[in-house]
Amino acid sequence: MENVISRFRNTLNLIVLMAVLLAQVIGLAIQVKRPGDGGTRLIRVWVTGIITPITRSIVHSENWFADGWHNYIWLRGVRKENEDLKDEIAQMKMQQIRLVEDASQAHRLQLLLGFKEQYISQTVPAQVISTTGSEFSRAIYIDKGSNDGIKTDMPVVTPEGIVGKVLRTFSNTSLVLLINDPTSGAGVILEQSRLQGILKGNANGTTVMHNVMSDEKVQPGEQILTSGGDRIFPKGLPVGTVATVGPGQDLFLNIRVRPAANLSQLEEVLVITKVDERAPEAVAQGDAPKRAIDILAQRLPTVAPPAPEKPAAEKSTDGTKPAAGTNPTTNKAAANTAKTPATGTAAPTTLKPKTGDVATATTATTKKPTADSILVSDSKDKPKPVKPAQATTAAKPPVAASNNGAVTKDVQPQ
Amino acid sequence: MTISQAKQERIEVYKFNPAVTIGVPFVALVMQAFIPVKLHFFSAFDLPLLVTIFFAVARRSQVSGCLTGAAIGLFQDALTHQPLGVYGIAKAVIGYAASSLGAKIDVENPGSRLLMTFGFFLVHEAIYIVVARYLVAMNLTWLWGRELRDAFANAVLAVVVFAVLDKFKQQ
Repeated sequence: MENVISRFRNTLNLIVLMAVLLAQVIGLAIQVKRPGDGGTRLIRVWVTGIITPITRSIVHSENWFADGWHNYIWLRGVRKENEDLKDEIAQMKMQQIRLVEDASQAHRLQLLLGFKEQYISQTVPAQVISTTGSEFSRAIYIDKGSNDGIKTDMPVVTPEGIVGKVLRTFSNTSLVLLINDPTSGAGVILEQSRLQGILKGNANGTTVMHNVMSDEKVQPGEQILTSGGDRIFPKGLPVGTVATVGPGQDLFLNIRVRPAANLSQLEEVLVITKVDERAPEAVAQGDAPKRAIDILAQRLPTVAPPAPEKPAAEKSTDGTKPAAGTNPTTNKAAANTAKTPATGTAAPTTLKPKTGDVATATTATTKKPTADSILVSDSKDKPKPVKPAQATTAAKPPVAASNNGAVTKDVQPQ
Repeated sequence: MTISQAKQERIEVYKFNPAVTIGVPFVALVMQAFIPVKLHFFSAFDLPLLVTIFFAVARRSQVSGCLTGAAIGLFQDALTHQPLGVYGIAKAVIGYAASSLGAKIDVENPGSRLLMTFGFFLVHEAIYIVVARYLVAMNLTWLWGRELRDAFANAVLAVVVFAVLDKFKQQ
């Protein structure tokens, strides 16, 4: 009997000792932050260190089998798909030509306006290995951590759109807060109306755009992009589309957003580890900043040096050639100019197409300061000659009377 | 035979192998973290809560149930981005309540398990939201539709999970 009591007491003491030790260890782990892991509490480091290697190995082994199956065994329809993709590439190449043209034009305008763009210069692909397992915490774990150069607040995206930001880093894993979590936030802008707001998640897992006044017109289906105002997501990344618009609280609209990225089925994501902010590169014009007037003049027909002995017909032929260094295939305005009849006078031939050219560029970069304002401010102190009337009729129809007036008034003949 | 003796005879207190005591909550946490990656709807389930209820009811010890719930909840908190202790508090209360209930009524048949889990899930969510809103100032709202749906889903799952876990019981 004494043996039994003694054994019971020993066991009880041992259990009490273990419980006391365990409680203190857990208490310590809750309090202690580990500097090497971004100041994360030790208990979080332990739990993720135990859980995530298992989920990581499950995901990776599953991918290994899936890759083997899809790449070596299940190849049904691959030939047909290949043909379809080739057709698609051909169509996209055609589309690309137009886009390159637009982009180069936008870059030129951004350059002369002194804009700085954000370029995603480095990304790290990562695999989603687990979730937090809670409906109240919409976050995921990825298989890349501080050892891979991941840091907190780095944006996480997919090709479809933004996903979230890195909230916490561990050695080999990171916790990514999704954009549909109530504690998340991202600066966004409506693509068409250019209205800015803040994207936040709510309790039921949907995303809502806040801070848009109720007197603004927002249409369902409109695209939403990142505005870059949060200093986390680079500007211009797709966010989603407007799902519904309704009245909200305090004179604001309640805009529900359908995220572009499928947040419930994330498997692979990209962590943007480096974003450069620099001025757009000049297209075939060198890096030195130039005045708008100079750049526009280069894109227009070169004015021949004064040669009084040349006949008028020869002058006009020279005048229709694009300027050196300007790519004629990427310059619609220059091509149009070449078709216009020469007026025989240098000044009008140079001036009038600029108006059309600027108008085209302004349309391409909606809601941004136009080149016109630069032209006006740039040449305030320079007296301009008055143009003859035939110059106006020879070129493109004016897009905006005020623009035409400003350019016509301010630009000097070269 | 006194009433208390008769009552004592009816109540069966179960024990578990230490490997089961540690392994089952651990597997529950891993599954809770991993399965929603593939099956998003699984985040509506709360396997750690079901495990807490099961151990609390089987052991019928309020202290044990409370500690088990607190430990499981704390580990679950560690996986989230939220402050530590929100799940810990909610699950500690549920562990205590479940073991108290297990000592008084029969919770061995599937029907009572279904009702018990349904009720405990709602209480758990209520505690979680109250703590999160008023202690941690998190912006959470009670959505009746979602809570009732999740409670029912968890109750159904509990019947299956408890039947599996019954095999690890040691009298």
